[in-house]
Amino acid sequence: MSKKIVAMTGNHAVANAMKQINPDVCAAYPITPSTEVMQVFASFAADGAVDTNLVTVESEHSAMSACIGAAAAGGRVMTATSSAGLALMWEMLYVASGTRLPIVMQVVNRALSAPINIHCDHSDSMGARDASWIQLYAENAQEAYDNIIQAVLISEEMDVRLPIMTCMDGFIISHSIEKMELLDDNEVKAFIGDYKPHFPMLDVENPVTYGPIALQNFYIEMKRQQVDAMESAKQVILDVGKKFGDSFGRHYGFFEEYMLEDAEVAFVVMSSAAGTVKAVVNELREKGHKVGLLKPRMFRPFPAEEMANALKHLKALVVMDRSDSFGSAGGPLFTEVRSALYGVENAPLAFGKVFGLGGRDLEVHHVEELFKELDKASKTGTIDKVTDYITVRV
Amino acid sequence: MKDFVEIRWHGRGGQGTVTAAKALAEAALTGGKFIQAFPEYGPERAGAPIRVYSRIGANEITIHCPVRTPGIVVVLDPTLLGAVDVLEGAKDEATVIVNTAHSVDELKASRDWGNRKVFAVDANKISLECIGRVMPNTPILGAMVKATNIVTLEMLLDDIRINFAKKFSEKIIEGNISAIKRAYEEVR
Repeated sequence: MSKKIVAMTGNHAVANAMKQINPDVCAAYPITPSTEVMQVFASFAADGAVDTNLVTVESEHSAMSACIGAAAAGGRVMTATSSAGLALMWEMLYVASGTRLPIVMQVVNRALSAPINIHCDHSDSMGARDASWIQLYAENAQEAYDNIIQAVLISEEMDVRLPIMTCMDGFIISHSIEKMELLDDNEVKAFIGDYKPHFPMLDVENPVTYGPIALQNFYIEMKRQQVDAMESAKQVILDVGKKFGDSFGRHYGFFEEYMLEDAEVAFVVMSSAAGTVKAVVNELREKGHKVGLLKPRMFRPFPAEEMANALKHLKALVVMDRSDSFGSAGGPLFTEVRSALYGVENAPLAFGKVFGLGGRDLEVHHVEELFKELDKASKTGTIDKVTDYITVRV
Repeated sequence: MKDFVEIRWHGRGGQGTVTAAKALAEAALTGGKFIQAFPEYGPERAGAPIRVYSRIGANEITIHCPVRTPGIVVVLDPTLLGAVDVLEGAKDEATVIVNTAHSVDELKASRDWGNRKVFAVDANKISLECIGRVMPNTPILGAMVKATNIVTLEMLLDDIRINFAKKFSEKIIEGNISAIKRAYEEVR
């Protein structure tokens, strides 16, 4: 295997993956809030480096609509968006998943207005967590690149046929230059293979119907099938992760366990913040503290049972959310994790912290302070507050 | 070079601060290091003070937050010395490289630098004479290399040649190369 080590931003890494995937159609809204991913990819298209039909449309709603049409026709289809762009796609996200179309979308996680903000948080994709899209989150540029290549195979699997969004943190990853490895074009091509669409509309010998009406008679059955598709996706995600690891040396599962096995307390946090937490875990381990990290990669489908098994031996854990669900029992990740632990014998104490909204930095000292709370909870067997904010002025 | 170093760059929008950080990162990468380089994004205006952060290390760098206690501070615009606290959080033993028309003695006398090692280079003048316009970002790299040994001069020049070839003419590349070499010699 040829290794090409580069210094690259997350945006460029994903655009390069898209170039190597060489999709049939990319539909995108060509200005902000769309991202540099599409800008870079558009330059590849203009240079003739891809065969993709790049459709620039008048809004993100139209971008997703065009992706839906192209995917139903039988094309391998990709797009990228962010923040308000994803919000404007809302209606069509559900059409894409309900129509069972394998569309791959890169989401660069950024805050939603108001107040106006362009920086990182997970409000955009977390808001779409009920849209029946598979969601994978990346810690760094390498994972963003690896995830989107795997996403193609995951979403196209017959038993899945669900759209998938691969997410990376806005600015923190999307605009940061990091060391990473690009695969060879031919390796990516061989890994994803040729696309054989299921039930394409352009197969006129075998006519099919897309977008029919289904009222009380069939709607709920079709929704129930999406549940089955999500369940099937779990094994497919594991299989594709293993195939990727066997081919290229980087293995992927539902989540990463970092010094978790013998830990007494742990952090649960996704995306770039997990990297900062790893550095603090290393530092605390050197001081003899039994602390670990679980970094979810797959948020939809949510691996509740597997995660509970990985966490059940702990005394206490803190779940860190980079978005909030206002008025709820906690951030989206916290409520999922705590729910997963319900009924587990001697389940660990769990509390949640919302952090980093609108790009507020999570720094080493914040994580160190959080460890003190974890340590106290494990020693006293009680927690002060189930959910709270950190990295905030009060 | 030590196993891990954090750098903070102070520049103004349009001076090529990000380009400089990227060029250094690429040279360090060629030398087998792990790297990070990222700007602090705000409203993008030419002339506005900006900060860019870099990390260079022998091991994988997982931390993803701004550099608060830099071991190296680079000031690309001399007028920033009176506008922002370029030493904020800088380590006691930090190395500071400043683009200035003043001598290093004048620079040292201009404020309290503590125990930090201070270097002066007239990157504006060098770039004007070598490249034909004021573009301090490449000459400051030459000064940095001399002051810190963070990468070798050869490694930096080789990488500049390769990476600038994608964007610039041979004449501009050679101008930048000679600017880096001159700054390497002239930094005090």
